[in-house]
Amino acid sequence: MTEQAQFTIRVDQNKYLPVGGSEVHAIVTVEATGPLETVAQHAQAAEVIIIDTSTSMATERIGEARKAAMAAIDTLRDGVHFAIIAGTTKATMVYPSRKEMATMNAETRQAAKNAVSGLIADGGTAIGTWLRLAADLFDPYQGAVRHAILLTDGHNQHESAAQLDAALAYCQGKFVCDCRGVGTGWEVAELRKIASTLLGTVQDIPDAKDLEADFRAMAQQAMGKAVADVALRIWTPQTAKIRFVKQVSPTLEDLTGRRVDSGPQSGDYPTGAWGREVREYHVCIEVTPGGIGQEMRAGWVKLVQPDTGMQLAAGNILATWTDDPAQSTRINPRVAHYTGQAELANLIQEGLQAHREHDFATATARLGRARRLAEESGNEATAKLLDRVLDYDRATGTVRLKPHIDRASEIALDVGSVRTVRTRRDPDQG
Amino acid sequence: MAAICPVCSLEGLPGERFCEECGTPLGATLCASCGAGAVDADGYCGRCGVRQPTGRDHAEIELTAGAVRVAGVSDRGLRHSHNEDAMALTVTAVPAGPYAAVPAGTGDPVAGPAAWQGGRDAFPPPAAGRTPGGAGHAIVGVVCDGVSTSPRPEEASQTAADTAAAVLAERLAAGADAVAATYQAVAAAAGAVAALADSPFDAPACTLVSAVVDPRHVTVGWVGDSRAYWLSGPGSALLTQDDAGPGHVLTAWLGADAGEVVPHVRSFAPEGPGVVLVCSDGLWNYYPDPLALAQAVPDAAADPLAAARTLVDLALQAGGRDNITVLVIPFTGRR
Repeated sequence: MTEQAQFTIRVDQNKYLPVGGSEVHAIVTVEATGPLETVAQHAQAAEVIIIDTSTSMATERIGEARKAAMAAIDTLRDGVHFAIIAGTTKATMVYPSRKEMATMNAETRQAAKNAVSGLIADGGTAIGTWLRLAADLFDPYQGAVRHAILLTDGHNQHESAAQLDAALAYCQGKFVCDCRGVGTGWEVAELRKIASTLLGTVQDIPDAKDLEADFRAMAQQAMGKAVADVALRIWTPQTAKIRFVKQVSPTLEDLTGRRVDSGPQSGDYPTGAWGREVREYHVCIEVTPGGIGQEMRAGWVKLVQPDTGMQLAAGNILATWTDDPAQSTRINPRVAHYTGQAELANLIQEGLQAHREHDFATATARLGRARRLAEESGNEATAKLLDRVLDYDRATGTVRLKPHIDRASEIALDVGSVRTVRTRRDPDQG
Repeated sequence: MAAICPVCSLEGLPGERFCEECGTPLGATLCASCGAGAVDADGYCGRCGVRQPTGRDHAEIELTAGAVRVAGVSDRGLRHSHNEDAMALTVTAVPAGPYAAVPAGTGDPVAGPAAWQGGRDAFPPPAAGRTPGGAGHAIVGVVCDGVSTSPRPEEASQTAADTAAAVLAERLAAGADAVAATYQAVAAAAGAVAALADSPFDAPACTLVSAVVDPRHVTVGWVGDSRAYWLSGPGSALLTQDDAGPGHVLTAWLGADAGEVVPHVRSFAPEGPGVVLVCSDGLWNYYPDPLALAQAVPDAAADPLAAARTLVDLALQAGGRDNITVLVIPFTGRR
């Protein structure tokens, strides 16, 4: 097949450092283009849907969860390997009944929907065991786009944190998992840890009626992935140190600790599967200062498929030393923008933490600053979420926490805090 | 032949071209900065990342035209990571031409601006008042300064210098008048630089100054703020007039975003010997005064290369903020 996904890497930075300067910042934009839909059509894909069937789901939720699972099943194309798992204190195969994947066709599609319609909510919650089963089901499909949907409504009460960590370590790199929390009885931090480790997203679904549309959208997105298991490979000079590698768009995700060494001076940061999308990364490297006028390649960023060794795109992060302050003090607007978005997320996290500890002065200060920053940076979605927990007087800049903050608003703000906006102004014009 | 890998120090087996351990090409150029890493195809060290000096960081040319030597030196300077200046220097045999500029005839030992012929308003150059020139050598020198705020300025300057020098040499060898040849050369250079642009918003740009020194005349052409000087004792003079507004802002340049390029072209016939100095602003920002330049290199006619080096060194000692390019072309009047 001649049609291939194409990737481009663009580096935005001010390469000029003052004499003795050692910290290099760059925003690396990775974009997947080309006939991705066609490529995705022919890509091997495997999908596992995990439905929490603990007792707490035994309301209208289980009915909505059944409908949502069926919508996802209807969205998967023929030929896709798939399985449905029901989760309680243990993981149970819903479809197929044996611990293996079925292949989607008219017959298996109907059989799977029949099986899902019989789901009953009765039991506890041990998410780690559900994920382990999913990992084992994916095992034969290395190289395929491997994606799971995890739905839960409660926290992981029948498993220790250590057990969940061990399960996550077992699953890491084996599949991408998008996590959905329905209602308000689940822990954002817990699902975020799972999604983050498994390179997926977290979304709160306060009303179970919205599950169906969300599951359909997730399945569609999974079907749009064209290239699996892509990593950002970063080469650095021998004496350099990578301070951090963060995904900054569409959401914030610190990848620094995910590094897997791939050579004497290079490491890989996994990014999962790619469809038609743009992601941006903030890379910070500390280098040994050079002489005035000297240029250094501070980082060589490549997009690779580590399994095949194929290089998809590459770009340079540079450093040049100058004694001209006009050059060295200029901050690249995109670096500034995403530094601001990261600060916004931090302020929200700190504000929510302070609120949980009943330190309302700190909560008001942090969330108030976040509100102003959200407005300044054009992050309207986050500004709206903040307005659910505080009253903000635009004219005076005064901020007051709402007397009663409901749990759904707190969850929505917590979940939404990692979502960033891309620069409003087209950086090419600036 | 066995070689030690410059990156991981593993000793290769005889005949191996790449390191078994890390894949580094064996026998590759070692880094000029850390001395231990291999330099990759992009010019960066695979160990310390430092970009290697290129041939353009410091370049020297010396040619002979009959009994006369001519020279050029171009240097990156101390503050820039790339040399975005470019120079070209060629010598071509010219037939006895139909025209030569009229000597100033004023008795001045050096023909100053009053004696200039041609110019923006005089194209095509007037035939009247010009006398046939003699056969001999013509020396062609071109200096171009890439505009730092444009993309790929070093490509613009090299393309412009190479194109202008080639057209000048070719036209002069065919018997063309130096003024007409200069107009043609600048037009060709402008076209070549404009063609480098992907769009008007991505337009590499540069300045250009050319000098043609033939047995009787000195002809200069320019666009932008690179300069030509006539150095001859007290009669030393600036031959060009910068296309620049207040605050050193360029008002004319070569590039796809420059609109129609109309060069200034001026020609004169010196009455006595002297030296034509062609340079970028990396020199004249520190030494704008013709007399000071002449005094700095009193023996320029005898040893142009030494003079060019001296002037570049002076600019470096003064701070070397910009790229520096200097061509020294003696005019003897007897070639």
